[in-house]
Amino acid sequence: MLSVPGGPIPSPLLPLQIEAVAKRFGQVTALDGITLELRSGECLGLLGPNGAGKSTLIRSIVGRVVPDAGRVAVFGSAANSAASRAALGWVPQELALYPRLTCRENLESFGRYHGLAGTGLQQAVAWCLDWSSLQDRAAELAKNLSGGMRRRLNMAAGIIHRPKLVLMDEPTVGVDPQSRNRIFEMIEKLHGEGTAIIYTTHYMEEAERLCDRIAIVDHGRIIALGTKEELVRDAFASRSQVLVRFADPADGVAAWVKQHGGRLVDSMAQFSVEHPTEIAGLLDDAAGAGLELVDVALRRPNLESVFLHLTGRELRD
Amino acid sequence: MIVPIIRTAMVSLRRDRAALALSFILPITFFSIFAVIFGGRRDTAPKITVIVVDEDRSHASQRLVQGLEREGSLVIRTRPGSNNKAVQPQEYTAATAEAAVKAGDAPVALIVPHGFGENPISFRGDQDRPAIQLLNDSSDMVAWQMVAGLLQKVAMTSMPSVMAEQGSEYLDQLVGGLTPEQRKRMEAGLEQLRQHESAGTSSSETATGNGPSNSGIIAVKTRAVVGENKNNPMVSFYAAAIGVMFLLFTASGAAGSLLDEADSGTLDRVLSSRVTMTALLAGKLAFNTLLAFSQLVLMFLWAWAVFKLDFFDHIPGFVVMGVCTAFAVGAFGMLLASICRTRAQLGALSTLVILIMSSVGGSMFPRFLMPEAMQKAGLLTINAWAIDGFTKVFWRDEPVSHLWPQVSVLLAIGFVLFAIARRIAQRWEYA
Repeated sequence: MLSVPGGPIPSPLLPLQIEAVAKRFGQVTALDGITLELRSGECLGLLGPNGAGKSTLIRSIVGRVVPDAGRVAVFGSAANSAASRAALGWVPQELALYPRLTCRENLESFGRYHGLAGTGLQQAVAWCLDWSSLQDRAAELAKNLSGGMRRRLNMAAGIIHRPKLVLMDEPTVGVDPQSRNRIFEMIEKLHGEGTAIIYTTHYMEEAERLCDRIAIVDHGRIIALGTKEELVRDAFASRSQVLVRFADPADGVAAWVKQHGGRLVDSMAQFSVEHPTEIAGLLDDAAGAGLELVDVALRRPNLESVFLHLTGRELRD
Repeated sequence: MIVPIIRTAMVSLRRDRAALALSFILPITFFSIFAVIFGGRRDTAPKITVIVVDEDRSHASQRLVQGLEREGSLVIRTRPGSNNKAVQPQEYTAATAEAAVKAGDAPVALIVPHGFGENPISFRGDQDRPAIQLLNDSSDMVAWQMVAGLLQKVAMTSMPSVMAEQGSEYLDQLVGGLTPEQRKRMEAGLEQLRQHESAGTSSSETATGNGPSNSGIIAVKTRAVVGENKNNPMVSFYAAAIGVMFLLFTASGAAGSLLDEADSGTLDRVLSSRVTMTALLAGKLAFNTLLAFSQLVLMFLWAWAVFKLDFFDHIPGFVVMGVCTAFAVGAFGMLLASICRTRAQLGALSTLVILIMSSVGGSMFPRFLMPEAMQKAGLLTINAWAIDGFTKVFWRDEPVSHLWPQVSVLLAIGFVLFAIARRIAQRWEYA
């Protein structure tokens, strides 16, 4: 990995320091100079659409991707160093398990790969089974578990060595709402014990619920960073959003929306207003232009709104 | 509706290059290999090396040896080969010839005993005359029978004067004596025949062996000096030959777990722990070696239990050869897995390579049946070295120290293949 000349000395107290990390795959720029710090015990969300560069960033931290430029330090140690590997836990997006091994055998295997043995290993396995609520399925083959259980086992295998920093790459992909809640509880428990967490997702609700701070990632860059409130305030100040649905959005609607400072996304027009009283003026203008409205709603901006505001695209595009 | 189904199947096949290769390349490759081995041109057919010891050195025995030398399908050796052309090795004796057959230098040795020339041919099956000894290695079932047949043929064609003399003696005895005039004409005829022989025009070459026969006009005593006490001569050969072929398949299949793990992301997760790629590959190689060795143990135990193979008398040699073979085979599997991108590719490539290696390397039929060029090509395969080693152990009862060539080559193959596999596996290490 290339170092940044004259960059600050990595702090052993900070779980993660990323400085100007860049990575290209052929003609595609996956990471475009990302700089980021994770504070002790913090849960930081990486929020962005598919292909934004979240997974590449995670893999750079783990050492599975070597950046073309920049530096990654885990508790002051370079990515992929022995100290970094010991301090890091990684929950990949894929179900990276041995399907023909039981839950317990899977956890034991990954524990041994991290240097655990004997009583320490057994205690770690017991803790992980308890954490993931898989005690009663300990002897079940991984391939026979339900999707949600496999996800939980996948998470448990990533923290079997009780790391101080855990990277979770979209751990709820393909999981039903009930299992998702259970996964949230697992993460909250881990967070509550002081583990620093990086959590990637393209679900706004997950980032809002779990993360202390959120970094919005797009095209390999961090385009906004802060708490949810900070992000919304920076993007919208005290303004609210008005959502308007038209009966026939194709008929001159786009031009009218643009003229009134709004955006048309999936047949829904979005405007920001300082006061709700501004809605009446919008409705009058629409009626005057001969546009038929089906639905009008007022809401406080959320992360989805922030992303749209910053990129002009929806989060799940 | 049949046409759309055919069209879909054809498009699918065209896109699956591995299946396409298997469908067309494999049959052609195999046809070619078998055609070269069994239906090849005459000048590529294997020649049989025969050690000849002429203890008699009579006119008859020398004529016989000269006749054998003129046979195109035989290579006659009277002394061991030497790299030093300045110093010619001593001629074979009966003892050294037997040792050479035991060591596998030649499949057949002929010992022409003292006194052979006094009474070389008999039409009456005399039991008391000196018989030529045919010493053979019974692992080669073809060679000794071919030599035995050729020996009788050479006696008929290379020694006409001896035959005529013997015939006249029989005639003399049976009719109660010839008149002086008849005897004089007989002697004149025999003299003419001897002169004809000296001119070297009496022998015709036999291209291929006729039916084997030991009850011809020359007395021959056949003795197997290798494998004479074996319960079931070819079992050890096939246990090794078939065993190695299936070991190769198993090893490539087991190594394919690497591809599964790369697919599922497990490989990435493992490599993010304390495990390095070298440690991971070494661990998988060790497992593959153990698996292959266990297969060999089971195979030979089965051969012992069912086919009476002398397994327990050869444990040290078996362990040495088994471990080395399993190691080479395990590394071969690792190399294939590291080259391939998918399980489908691995399946196609391993089938192609293993079947070719097994046919050329002697797992499907003994290498001594193959043309010389093919026998040499076989030395590029794991199969040939493994089979040679197991044959030394179980067939020739050779001590473990004699296995060094096979052990060295198999270990070298294993280390080299593993080093290449490790190099190729770098593609999984980092992006």
